[in-house]
Amino acid sequence: MSKLRLPAILVGVSVVSVLAFLSFGSMDKNLVYYWSPTTLRASKPASEGATVRLGGLVKAGSVRVDGTNTVFTVVDDQASVEVRTASIPPQMFREGIGVVVEGHLGPDGIFVSKRLLVKHDENYKAPADGKLSEAQSGSVKED
Amino acid sequence: MTLGMRVSGGVAVLLWVLGMAAGLTLAPPEEHMSDLVRIMFVHVPVAWAAMATFTVALVASVGWLATHRWGWDHLLDASLEVGVLLGVLLSVQGSVWGYPTWGTWWTWDPRLTSVAVMVLSFLGILALRAFVDEPEKRASWSAAASILAWGSVPFTYFCVKVMNSLHQKQTPWGAMHPDMLKALLLNTATITLLTVWMLMARYQLARTELRRELGT
Repeated sequence: MSKLRLPAILVGVSVVSVLAFLSFGSMDKNLVYYWSPTTLRASKPASEGATVRLGGLVKAGSVRVDGTNTVFTVVDDQASVEVRTASIPPQMFREGIGVVVEGHLGPDGIFVSKRLLVKHDENYKAPADGKLSEAQSGSVKED
Repeated sequence: MTLGMRVSGGVAVLLWVLGMAAGLTLAPPEEHMSDLVRIMFVHVPVAWAAMATFTVALVASVGWLATHRWGWDHLLDASLEVGVLLGVLLSVQGSVWGYPTWGTWWTWDPRLTSVAVMVLSFLGILALRAFVDEPEKRASWSAAASILAWGSVPFTYFCVKVMNSLHQKQTPWGAMHPDMLKALLLNTATITLLTVWMLMARYQLARTELRRELGT
């Protein structure tokens, strides 16, 4: 019994490692949380109408309000997609920030989104001149 | 209470006061998320403590399977329970931070999903332990299951580096304001010591329980 124990552990560990390698290896191809503008553009027309998540940066100068909708452009290094959303942007939404929008690409090439999520990056800075960014200034009562 | 528990508990309480002061007053608000950044000072340490505790469970599992010494099973018992506690706390903190910053309490992002798989796997092992009456079997089965479940720990850590996610990546050195880093490190020390304290307390309880069970 105890002679068999170590080999059994080794076999178990190798099986798990192989399974883990297989699932990790194919994970990024089959399971993506969001598509980049490049991927979404490249997969047309198959992606048209399908509910997907699109992730990228909000292009500087692209944000405008159109009635009750917010319209802006999501970009990556190579492509851009115009997004129209009826959802109220979270407080941190601004030009240049990372966003993830859920919705579908319409036949006119505009991505219609029902849900807008804002991404925070891994940098944690203090406000440069002692002032918070526009989005936050309203919520702070100090000085 | 053992000497180890007195020392880790005492130092943890001292550091906790300093860590809270640093996190709430010394550290500046963040440029874009203002005071919401302060959740990070306890969220990151709890994430580290949870993953470290599940790694203790892995070591304890291998230790039990290799030696069949009861001490390893006590350690496994302790680390499973403390790890699940920290994992649940981690998810609650993440939701509280996620709602005002991301705009959602929950989403099936790779990091969030992976943490859910990790916590539920180890919670399942706690359930398994509760259902097995024979102590030797309970120890061996839960040890084997813990080795399997541990695979979710490196996945949780690395997924943000290799997959598209809403959750931010690990912050490199220098990308954080030095006063925020001080608050983060103080709280990391505090929560690590509190985790060690909980593990020691739960270990003793596991030993007492088993002695009663075996009638020795």
